[in-house]
Amino acid sequence: MKKTWLSALVSGALFGVGLGVAGMTRPEKIIAFLDITGDWDPSLLFVMGGALVVYFVAHRLLVVRERGVARPLLAPKFELPTRRDLDRSLLAGAFVFGVGWGLAGYCPGPAIVALTGGALNPFVFVASMIAGMIIYRVTILRASGS
Amino acid sequence: MQLQEIWGPLIGGGLVGLAAVVLLLWNGRIAGISGIVSGVLDRSPGDESIWRAFFLLGLLLGGVVLGLLYPAALQSTLARPLWTVVLAGLLVGFGARLGSGCTSGHGICGVGRLSPRGIVATMTFMLSGILTVAVVTRLLGGGV
Repeated sequence: MKKTWLSALVSGALFGVGLGVAGMTRPEKIIAFLDITGDWDPSLLFVMGGALVVYFVAHRLLVVRERGVARPLLAPKFELPTRRDLDRSLLAGAFVFGVGWGLAGYCPGPAIVALTGGALNPFVFVASMIAGMIIYRVTILRASGS
Repeated sequence: MQLQEIWGPLIGGGLVGLAAVVLLLWNGRIAGISGIVSGVLDRSPGDESIWRAFFLLGLLLGGVVLGLLYPAALQSTLARPLWTVVLAGLLVGFGARLGSGCTSGHGICGVGRLSPRGIVATMTFMLSGILTVAVVTRLLGGGV
């Protein structure tokens, strides 16, 4: 087993436990956060706040700063997105994503974690999500010839 | 909102941030879950698929740990007809690919790196999510 596989496994497990502790694996919490005209539940703001503070500070100190680490501990270089342009695909995709998110209260991470609970909905959601990704690949990607 | 209701989200969020930092610092990668899923689906060559598969295995392992220590986290009371869940999954999968990311890659890693694309995508899916919930609960009486 390579070390990069182990670190990915550890990252995934921490991520999954964090989502559960945060309450994000229960879709009613997501719906209650998005329901600003009703009985609003601000939990997700604290989840994002907690995650963002940790990630922002670590990224600043370790990656951006001159005296930070020159490369990842187990890889030759950082492979981070570099695009900064705002195109129609980004906006349309994010909009469509949000509609699906609001309909069932699941986004990809929490839905995968919730598979282990044994209920039907997470399985149906994840299977449909995979189908949606395949539909994207055979329609949009093929049409653009990439 | 009670004080103790804030600690769960804050600590859980901190763990999620820490998880993303682990992947950044050790592997040099973004913890974008939709991208990780599609990287496995598209059978990226060799190691590119394998580390992603291990990350997804980790998510499931996290779920197993939750099931043992905090099973309430995996119990949902939200009632939605199956067709709604199917439609939601299709939209989330398609939208995440078209928009190059989801709540983790854009919402945490993108915003955390102050990426303009991440920030705009996050504001966009928050907005459409809020609109969707408003339509479902106000106009359709929550029966969707």
